[in-house]
Amino acid sequence: MAETATHAADHAADHGHHSSTGLSNNKLAMWLFLGSECLLFGGLISTYMLYRGRVSDGPHPSQIYDIPFTSVSSFVLLMSSLTMVLAVTSAQRNDDRRTNLWLTVTAVLGATFIGGQVYEFTTFIREGLGFTTSLFGSSFYTLTGFHGVHVSVGVIMLLSTMGIIKKNKITGNKSEVVELVGLYWHFVDIVWIIIFTLVYLIPA
Amino acid sequence: MSETTEHHDHGMSDAGYIKIALILAAITALEVSTYYVDFGPLFMPSLMIMMIVKFVMVVSYFMHLKFDSKLFSFLFYTGLGLALFVYIVALATFKFFIA
Repeated sequence: MAETATHAADHAADHGHHSSTGLSNNKLAMWLFLGSECLLFGGLISTYMLYRGRVSDGPHPSQIYDIPFTSVSSFVLLMSSLTMVLAVTSAQRNDDRRTNLWLTVTAVLGATFIGGQVYEFTTFIREGLGFTTSLFGSSFYTLTGFHGVHVSVGVIMLLSTMGIIKKNKITGNKSEVVELVGLYWHFVDIVWIIIFTLVYLIPA
Repeated sequence: MSETTEHHDHGMSDAGYIKIALILAAITALEVSTYYVDFGPLFMPSLMIMMIVKFVMVVSYFMHLKFDSKLFSFLFYTGLGLALFVYIVALATFKFFIA
């Protein structure tokens, strides 16, 4: 009996805390959170779709969007999903060196995407599209800005995960911690997949 | 799925993920091509299909929903479905779909 309890405790320590469903509470919470994030971005995307034609005196979307530049940014974020999943598989193999390597590459790709977004925003402002110029401008900056904040938070999460892996401060299941960060990271990627098509590729 | 592409119940091998990424990159290139090439009446449907395919591939393979518990899929797709329903109704209320 005592042996069974010890085994269960060891199992919980290895695989994180589990609910009555036998699944990790942490993963359940993360999926629930991501499901709720769909509602947040759904609202922002819908608002943009409604107001993208309301340009007032400001520039029209087709006058300012730089599709080749945004395509490269999208490709960078898409490839960061590959490096993230490689970090997760490395963590599942308990290969800390490769885990940190792929987390670093993912963080660099994420930072590159954010750099591109900052460049895009400053270019748009120079071309006359401020936050309050038009409803199009307000909804565009709110949507892509919110996404940018999510990517920035993701980069901070990646760097923090690398830090705690290096200091060996993860008490539970290390691969699950990396996987949870990965789920968040892939979510910001799928949101961008939608934004890239609906905002940039489909003309207003 | 073969032994070489499957990695226990956690998902696929690294090579499998690289293949998925290459497919995603190819679809992205095809999406971008719609900006330069006139797809005519296929423009909008093709973009929407490519967007959905990319979305499902990332969620299924990179986020492991294909290999994980169905409860995770239920939680995520419920949120997504609810968002789609609420905002399609909201957009319809504002006559967004009427040209």
